[in-house]
Amino acid sequence: MTMLTAQKPSSDAAPAARRAGPPLLRVENLSREFGGVLAIGDLSFTVAAGDIHSIIGPNGAGKTTLFNLVTGVYKPSGGRVLFDGADVSGQAPYKLAARGMSRSFQNLQIFFNMTALENVMVGRHLHLDTRLLPALFRFPSLVRKDSEARDRAAQLMADVGLSRYVGADADSMPYGALKRLEIARALASEPKMLLLDEPAAGLNATESREIDAVIKKVAASGVTIILVEHDMKMVMGISDHITALNHGRKLAEGTPAEVAANPDVIAAYLGAAP
Amino acid sequence: MNRILHGRLTGLAVLGAIIAVLPVFLTNNFYLDVAILAGFNAVVCVGLNLLIGYAGQISLGHAGFFGIGAYASGVLVGVYGWPPIAALLAGAVFVGVLAFAVAKPILRLKGHYLAMATLGIGIIVSIVLRTESGLTGGPDGMMVEPFKIFGVELYGEKIWYWVVGVLLFVVVWLSLNLIDSPMGRALRAVHGSEVAAEVVGVDTARFKVMVFVLSAVFASVAGSLFAHYAGLITPAKADFFKSIELVTMVVFGGMASTFGAVVGAVVLTLLPQALTVFQDYQQIVLGAILMATMVFMPKGLLPTLAGFLPSRRRA
Repeated sequence: MTMLTAQKPSSDAAPAARRAGPPLLRVENLSREFGGVLAIGDLSFTVAAGDIHSIIGPNGAGKTTLFNLVTGVYKPSGGRVLFDGADVSGQAPYKLAARGMSRSFQNLQIFFNMTALENVMVGRHLHLDTRLLPALFRFPSLVRKDSEARDRAAQLMADVGLSRYVGADADSMPYGALKRLEIARALASEPKMLLLDEPAAGLNATESREIDAVIKKVAASGVTIILVEHDMKMVMGISDHITALNHGRKLAEGTPAEVAANPDVIAAYLGAAP
Repeated sequence: MNRILHGRLTGLAVLGAIIAVLPVFLTNNFYLDVAILAGFNAVVCVGLNLLIGYAGQISLGHAGFFGIGAYASGVLVGVYGWPPIAALLAGAVFVGVLAFAVAKPILRLKGHYLAMATLGIGIIVSIVLRTESGLTGGPDGMMVEPFKIFGVELYGEKIWYWVVGVLLFVVVWLSLNLIDSPMGRALRAVHGSEVAAEVVGVDTARFKVMVFVLSAVFASVAGSLFAHYAGLITPAKADFFKSIELVTMVVFGGMASTFGAVVGAVVLTLLPQALTVFQDYQQIVLGAILMATMVFMPKGLLPTLAGFLPSRRRA
């Protein structure tokens, strides 16, 4: 955990102080339709720097679509996404990664043709020499930085509790470990903001608690986190702020207590009385 | 970690030893000639494997790039009197620019558009070579002058064996270096999951274009040298069936395995010599091998064999 906590000194700030942080992400009137069906409609919200900000909502509420819009995987039909003060609407994911955004996926996106360690090393891409000629002739500077990246990736794997898989091929690892591998890979890029799409889905209670601890540690190191998760115990426990969606529109937002008490949110989850 | 380094140096040492010792057993020029042809194919396949095996993109026109290199050398040296090395470089640069121009717009798209585009290139190259008979000699092919550099003429199987051997060794070394580098991991990541590669900062389109250009240039250089070695080149060396043969070599030997590509090239170069009865049915046999490989050992020959070893070291 040394590395995570060493990243940013401001991490000791109290949660109350963190709430006062300037917005790192601002979503303005964002919308996206697929063949006339509105997946996200006129959605606006901000995420404060340093927060753990959860997005909740029933299945089909548009949470993953929102992630794909924010990270550039989809282009918005309307509205803007501002990240770290710049309008980044519709920018390619690799450009957003260079600006400090990274994410995990609801359906695993692992490089199964590589080892676990190499998966995390790909996460170091932006910090390494990726030119052709130095690679072909193994320039000493490239080899040195590559070996540092290897150590760093191994450390990150240890941080998320994957030490024993350092030498493993990705395709030989169990599901729960792969979920954490995605987080380690995303962290390797040293993001300012990390988007986690259902990191606890399909995990057992123990694994779920481990993920919970990992997320808290990452947040404590100063990384802003946007979390989509169905495990309400986890969401209510670790979030600083929650935005609730339904049918692609904002239903409610506020602190976990405020959102949990909101009658619209309860109706959306349990079905409204007529 | 060390395993990869270990594997690379061991593999290179084995390859070097085989290249060094093999001439002892190649007792006549026919055997040497087959070995040289296998070497040329292996050079092209190692480059093609970077594209197909590692980056997961398919080219059905690599024989076209091989052909452009061959004819660039044939025409520029024979007709315009260029020094062979200048012709080789000019061919490689032209192929690089052509590959870049084709791949740049196409590789922004997802899916197998590159396969279709390269199929087109291969066919166009083949047609041009057949019809521009004033320069290329048409379907009958053209004679190519021997390779001369610093006043030394490379002539005969014994010398060419070493030229191709060294070239193959260098190309394998470069390929292994590339794969175990940040760019190499980016290429494999493109194959593994494009979207995941993108979100950690990999400009997937750029890397796909780069590896395509690189593999095309490897083919062009091999083509140029082949032209000088063979002394006669025909459009058949650049046609669609030759491209399919190259892809088959890569798939058969083992995708995403540099040494697999070499093994595939060697085996499928030797096979027609060994099974001369199939002479008239060569394409059918090739297709059958490709199908059987996909069905029975989708990882290819070398990785499948390596899988039987207890330590499972990667080739």
